[in-house]
Amino acid sequence: MNFDTLIPTVGVVTDIRQDTPDVKTFRVVGLDGKKPFIHKPGQCAMLSIPGVGEAMFSITSSPTNTEFMEFSIKKCGCLTNWLHLMEVGQQITIRGPYGNAFPVETDLKGKDLLFIAGGIGLAPLRSVINYVRDNRANYGDVQIVYGSRSMDDLVDYKEIIDEWMCDEGITVNLTIDREQEGWDGHVGFVPNYVKELNPDVKKTVLVCGPPIMIKFTLAGLKELGFTETQVFTTMELRMKCGVGKCGRCNIGSKYVCKDGPVFRYDKLSELPDEY
Amino acid sequence: MKFLKKENLSALFEALSADSALYLPTKDKNGKTNYARYSAGMEYSDALNTERSAKDFFFPQTEDLVDFKMEGKTIEVIDIRKPSEDYVIFGVRACDMASFDILDSVYLTDPVDSFYAERRSHATIMTMACSAPSETCFCRTFGIDPASPAGDVQCAMTDAGLYLEALTEKGEALVAKISAMLEESDGAEAAEQGKRCHEIMDRLPLSKLTPDSFGGDTMMEHFRSEKWASLSEACLGCGTCTFVCPTCQCYDIRDFDTGNGIKRYRCWDSCMYSDFTKMAHGNSRNSQLERFRQRFMHKLVYYPANNDGKFGCVGCGRCLSKCPISMNIVKVMKELEDRS
Amino acid sequence: MQGKLIERACALLESGEVARVIGWKSGELGYDTTPAVFETADELRADFVYGDFCGANLSKYLIKNMKNEGKTLVFLKLCDTYSFNQLLTEHRIKREKTYVIAVGCAGMADPERLRGLGVTGITGICTDGDSYKIDTVYGEKTVAKKDALCIKCLSCKGGEPVVYDEIIGGDVTPPEASDRFEQVRALEAMTPDERFDFWRGELSRCIRCNACRNVCPACSCESCVFDNPDSGIAQKAAVTSFEENNFHIIRAFHVAGRCTDCGECSRVCPENIPLHLLNRKFISDIDHFYGEYQAGESEGQRAPLVNYTEDDAEPSAIYDR
Repeated sequence: MNFDTLIPTVGVVTDIRQDTPDVKTFRVVGLDGKKPFIHKPGQCAMLSIPGVGEAMFSITSSPTNTEFMEFSIKKCGCLTNWLHLMEVGQQITIRGPYGNAFPVETDLKGKDLLFIAGGIGLAPLRSVINYVRDNRANYGDVQIVYGSRSMDDLVDYKEIIDEWMCDEGITVNLTIDREQEGWDGHVGFVPNYVKELNPDVKKTVLVCGPPIMIKFTLAGLKELGFTETQVFTTMELRMKCGVGKCGRCNIGSKYVCKDGPVFRYDKLSELPDEY
Repeated sequence: MKFLKKENLSALFEALSADSALYLPTKDKNGKTNYARYSAGMEYSDALNTERSAKDFFFPQTEDLVDFKMEGKTIEVIDIRKPSEDYVIFGVRACDMASFDILDSVYLTDPVDSFYAERRSHATIMTMACSAPSETCFCRTFGIDPASPAGDVQCAMTDAGLYLEALTEKGEALVAKISAMLEESDGAEAAEQGKRCHEIMDRLPLSKLTPDSFGGDTMMEHFRSEKWASLSEACLGCGTCTFVCPTCQCYDIRDFDTGNGIKRYRCWDSCMYSDFTKMAHGNSRNSQLERFRQRFMHKLVYYPANNDGKFGCVGCGRCLSKCPISMNIVKVMKELEDRS
Repeated sequence: MQGKLIERACALLESGEVARVIGWKSGELGYDTTPAVFETADELRADFVYGDFCGANLSKYLIKNMKNEGKTLVFLKLCDTYSFNQLLTEHRIKREKTYVIAVGCAGMADPERLRGLGVTGITGICTDGDSYKIDTVYGEKTVAKKDALCIKCLSCKGGEPVVYDEIIGGDVTPPEASDRFEQVRALEAMTPDERFDFWRGELSRCIRCNACRNVCPACSCESCVFDNPDSGIAQKAAVTSFEENNFHIIRAFHVAGRCTDCGECSRVCPENIPLHLLNRKFISDIDHFYGEYQAGESEGQRAPLVNYTEDDAEPSAIYDR
């Protein structure tokens, strides 16, 4: 019988990192100990615990990581609760990769990049950020604006401090929503912080976060003189198949699983706002 | 064209079912017509259409996808797919035949759905020209000729008997197999019946319905229409329209714990259901208005946008006769195209 | 009659007594009426219809209209008034936010039964005494009204509507009723195996479209247990071959004592499953054990299954059956 994408393969969880009180990052390899499959930055995979459920998650590790795959997952439902209870060595099922990717080899190449993320929204962008870091010569300046509710809710904090901030040509601007003891960085919401930072309008923007954050960020960027064609975002809707057949993740005529999850903002604006 | 005398119909069914399964429309004990596997003595029902559409053959309401064995921390994936055997479907109407193109465009495009493809490729389809269309018929709105259905073998049943014409290689192979019982014919009687069918279609209430106001480039205009509120007002949010529709192909995938393993199965799903788009943190189509709109936008706008203008409806009329509140795609089209 | 209803509804709308009207809207084919909300006299005059194809029970639509400002006028047929009372009893609707016009009904026709009689290609339907004259592209057909009646009308409750602010068409004679428990007794007379086979046969056709549940005035839970992913039984299709049987049995239990026998479940079933027989079996059993009881007969009545009296049947009553 031919390959069928709906039939998953088995993956093994080889490392679990508690990132924040409700976000864990899981390292996954295939049964052969190798990376389950090749992917592009921004693509997703269907993870499942049989009997519990299956859902789409963005692959947070960079394609340049050839050894394993990582997923940063926030605890928010039945399946994610189960995933959070897992121990190292647990097997899960995995299938993919699904969706398009951030256009790292075309639109983004040679550009100054501005990453804007809120909360768990860093997960899909981390793949691109590390891809850019590993192919540094192909891209211009990199600025990362990242905010969360509190200091403890910043995903990948250690990697940000120890690696991203140490890289030349990368500026990281962190912010948290409310004052907190031990935090001497910026305090305030991401959209406002972006406006304060007044980034160069030549930059290409990659944004991901809660819908409300994206909405205000986009409005702020427009005020600063950015156009929708410069902004890329990545979407999340309920999915079952991952390949544009089960029929539920559409925004108008586009399927998020197949035509997305990455959309250039002007393209998204042409579609019904059902997301 | 070939011809078979009516009195030889049973012999034909016997021959067709000799070395493969044959499915044909037949009446159940309540007088309703549905497809059933032929067995000796079963009568062909010439009812205009089956209660359930023919999509069940390729896209059954429920099917098992894969099994899992879970032990401690380990998972075993068990591929339970079985190869399909050749089979014949007799008596498919033009609308249902056209629905297969729509299902194909979803399931046979990359990545091919192997479950669907397996059943689809093993079927030989004998279609049946319509002779007595009903007031709920509007297949011609979508360019379908009820008197001249596609398929592997096109058939027409008259008082005298059955006219057959092979349209594909598969069809030719089938006709060759039964050639001993067939006569040559000029098909004049069948053509005459086809002409009458067209005349009847012209006089039916939905004969003037056109899809001209719809298509992929009308997305935002129709999406923003204020008429969805009144159109969806009485919608019960049930799945009747979806499940009787030959082109509705959305599905859900679920797991079932059998007690000694997990079965992952897929089943028909309906965009009319509130949990269709529900996620842990919200729902992108929260109201029945949005869900109702999705179903009709999909058939009249989104599907054509992705399929070179082809519409996602074949005008079989099942939703017209089955919707508990008699709301249907025809009413939606008429209301939306009336831009006054 | 239709004219009278329209004029009365227009007057009530225009006087401000009611803010909206729930009625039936005409369709494309002469028989395909749709429940609709009318907010202006113009809308009523253009599209309101009351005729032989207004089988839909409008009472359940009141639930979602309770949130709206002002009173909602609803047209209820005799049988629908029982559902209305039951919804009042269950506090799903408020009497003071509704205005009920009970409409005379001589029984409603079911297009499905016309189809069953082989009538197709319909271009127009008019009534002619006790029969329908139906124009079709295949010639004119005459069908006796009694042969086209909705199943539910065959056992019409008869008598007066049980709740109303006014009645229009009170002089209309309801259809002659047959014994509604006849088929129940026939089922009871079967051997357990025969009965099991009967229901398996009927229910195996179920496509789990939920039309019976969604149309049912007694199924008014905000979120059904079958839609709750945490309930463990929220399946959309038959996982096992007993799945759909389970769905209907649980549903019948859940509406037991609350089902007014309005017959909507069977009317809307796309597979023509006689679902009302399940409910009637419960009604017949309740009548047997607790004395005759008709849900929805009056507002606030206490259903036997949720009421205690010293005469209640003992659980051991089961051994006598």
